[in-house]
Amino acid sequence: MRKVAVVGAGLTRFMRRAQETGPELAWLAASRALESCELNLKDVDSVALGSAPDAFDGVHMKGEYLSAGAGGWGRPVIRPYAGGGTGVLMPVHAWFNVASGLSDVCLVVAEEKMSTCHPHPQGAFLTIFDNILERPLEPNLIWIFALEMRRYMETYGIAKEEIALVSVKNKRNGLDHPSTHVAEEITVEDVLESEVMVSPVNRLDISPVSDGAAAIVIAAEDVAQRLTDKPVWIDGVGWNLDTAYWTNRDLAYPSYVERAARMAYKMAGITEPRKQINVVEPYDPFSYKELHHLEGLLLADKGQAPKITADGVTQRNGDMPVCPSGGLLGVGNPIAAAGLMKVCEIFWQLRGEAGRRQVPGQPKVGLAQAWGDLMQVGTVVVMRVD
Amino acid sequence: MRERTTPLPGTPLSDAAVHQGKVLTLEWPSSLRYAWDTGVAVGRFLSELKRGRIIGRRCHRCQRVLVPPRMFCERCFHPTDAWQYVEDSGTINTYSESHIRWDASRIEEPILVAVIEIDGASGGGLLHYLGEVRAEDLRIGMKVKAVWKPAEERQGSILDIRYFRPFDSAQDRPA
Repeated sequence: MRKVAVVGAGLTRFMRRAQETGPELAWLAASRALESCELNLKDVDSVALGSAPDAFDGVHMKGEYLSAGAGGWGRPVIRPYAGGGTGVLMPVHAWFNVASGLSDVCLVVAEEKMSTCHPHPQGAFLTIFDNILERPLEPNLIWIFALEMRRYMETYGIAKEEIALVSVKNKRNGLDHPSTHVAEEITVEDVLESEVMVSPVNRLDISPVSDGAAAIVIAAEDVAQRLTDKPVWIDGVGWNLDTAYWTNRDLAYPSYVERAARMAYKMAGITEPRKQINVVEPYDPFSYKELHHLEGLLLADKGQAPKITADGVTQRNGDMPVCPSGGLLGVGNPIAAAGLMKVCEIFWQLRGEAGRRQVPGQPKVGLAQAWGDLMQVGTVVVMRVD
Repeated sequence: MRERTTPLPGTPLSDAAVHQGKVLTLEWPSSLRYAWDTGVAVGRFLSELKRGRIIGRRCHRCQRVLVPPRMFCERCFHPTDAWQYVEDSGTINTYSESHIRWDASRIEEPILVAVIEIDGASGGGLLHYLGEVRAEDLRIGMKVKAVWKPAEERQGSILDIRYFRPFDSAQDRPA
């Protein structure tokens, strides 16, 4: 298989409600990603396109609808889907395209426009629950997070204050991100005193609903080396699904994330992830999820991610910076675009181009991870710069 | 790099701009309806709920009793082997108190919800409501029992169980 690199990246602002349509947002991110590596659409062989449930848009051919804005005209376009895990599933599919030799250049575009759904996009999430046995109970998506968070806290004896530190860190990190619409300086008390949504989840434990888009350009080795002296190699990809019978599972530990991580680590030759991975962008739609995912990624012992957070290990200037972008909590959560934003962040961090967000020490290896559906999907990429 | 030197594209809209008609929007209320076939496994499960009983399926290979039931075992990837009644009691695996409805609107009387490990089933079980208990008294590991609707009101729905209530298994009465 051929070596595969990320050579360009681009983002829109993340917004509560954007004037632009989905295809317009896709175009803005895609054209910026191409400009960033001085390519044109004619250089693109294929397009990998990502967006979360069609129910947000009320357009039930969303891939085809977005394709023109994503550079898909007259090209092989694929739209893989794994709920919130989609943003990191996209580069995996682009990797197939390029590693296999089918494409030399694959444009990866993720778009989300959640604001279209009224009265609140939360309503669209009702449609992901089991239609016969769960929907009659009228659940909302926060229920399963609250239930999982409680199980995680009680299994390991974790306090709410320890989890709130994630919101404090990520919302502060987000102040340095040009896409943000939710960054702010807050305290642990602010999180604990914010409105209770579904206990133990408070408003400031949750990422917002957002509109926005992200894009990257993925190229084969020879093209990458012609385009840039700093290609960021995709060394490992992994993804894994657990059963949708989520009430039949261990809710304290995301074993599907571990299986996805092990797949990516094996491919990337990562044997000691805590020593070999320098910067991490795990999926953080809720504060405890960053901790849960660090454990699933084998970057913290089970139940110990709160401790390394309290010790400052995960701060931008810590030994293992986590969500230096600000993550979903600090930048925003246009679902598929938020996952791909994490891949953009690792790209910029490894190239030393993250500006005020840059972590110290010239990181060489980074990881982005996303998660989705009924707490069942883990998607992982490991990236490296020479 | 351009990311750091030029402002990012995208045009945030304020609520006022939308409400005052400064930008054009088009509303389209969806009016589709769906009628789901409940299937072989869950169809039987629902018909048993109507009779006031919870049923699972046993897989003889992995020895699990699956609730909700399925006609195939997703691990062994083989047909499940037998129907098996389980108890209408169980243990709270995790619980929560919801202050919002499915559409994110606030509710005055919070709803108590839980994942309940059904006695006789293998691991986990069902999402359902809790009742006859205060949120502050709930704990993981608490025993609970189904409170059924009266037989004549049951329709073959998960809502045939109203909620689960705390339960003292030694005395078979509310705790």
